Amino acid sequence: MRQLALFALLAATPALADPSTPPAALAYTQLRDPEQEAQARALMQTLRCVVCQGQSIADSDASMAGDMRALVRSRIAAGETPATIRAWLIERYGDYISYDPPLGAATWPLWLAPIGLLVLGAVIARSSFRRRRR
Amino acid sequence: MRRWLLWLPFVVFAAIVAVVASGLFTPADRTVRSALVGKPLPDFVLPPIAPGKPGLSSAVFRQGQPRLLNIFASWCIPCAAEAPQLLRLKAMGVPVDAVAIRDTAPALTAFLRNNGDPYAAIGDDRQSAVQLALGSSGVPESFVIDGRGRIVLQHVGDIRAEDVAAIAAAVRDAR
Repeated sequence: MRQLALFALLAATPALADPSTPPAALAYTQLRDPEQEAQARALMQTLRCVVCQGQSIADSDASMAGDMRALVRSRIAAGETPATIRAWLIERYGDYISYDPPLGAATWPLWLAPIGLLVLGAVIARSSFRRRRR
Repeated sequence: MRRWLLWLPFVVFAAIVAVVASGLFTPADRTVRSALVGKPLPDFVLPPIAPGKPGLSSAVFRQGQPRLLNIFASWCIPCAAEAPQLLRLKAMGVPVDAVAIRDTAPALTAFLRNNGDPYAAIGDDRQSAVQLALGSSGVPESFVIDGRGRIVLQHVGDIRAEDVAAIAAAVRDAR
């Protein structure tokens, strides 16, 4: 019985769970203008793939990430700024879509903690140097 | 050295264990929800894809009657699993429309033949453009839209038998 189940597992073809349609033209093709491509690339590296949530859309091979790259490139090519494209996506998915969190009620510790730690470090360093001099 | 300081590493260790254990027993909800719930449905016009079935435009959601907008694809397995529930919602009098993500006419026709066809209209979204405009993060997803073009509910994932009542209620309340 066990061997039969193992055989069935090996013989089964995996269920297809990805689209068979070809990826969008701009998903894997760079823009002609290198300056625009650099802008698009910088933006794509700071947008989260909503399918594979730890990756940016620049890193992900999910079909939806490909469609998001195509969206970013076509809008940059049409003359939109990266900031407006990011705002358009945040309007739809919330701040979660962006790897560049805004300063707000929930995120201020994130932004202020490094400054606080630097100040704390300076205070500790100062007091320990003083002790040594004595 | 003060005596109580001896216990500090243990207290820190216990705090870390408590944080990790709480994360293990109640994992964070990683569902990405649309920020457009409660806001107007974005404008779109999608061409037809299934033979004999009209395409879908956002105008149909402003004609006074609440509708269910289903985001699906023939290559998506949970979409086949939720098909019976969509048919049930249709039988309850809920109009159901669909956006087909990255699909082809033959694959979609076979899917509708195998799983039933609850849809009044199906729009062809070849590059997930409408899906991205809706703030949807995958297939299947369903949106309840009131008769004035406002999104009142988003259901992420396949609709199961136990979800049908809540969706039907949202449609009823939107009237």
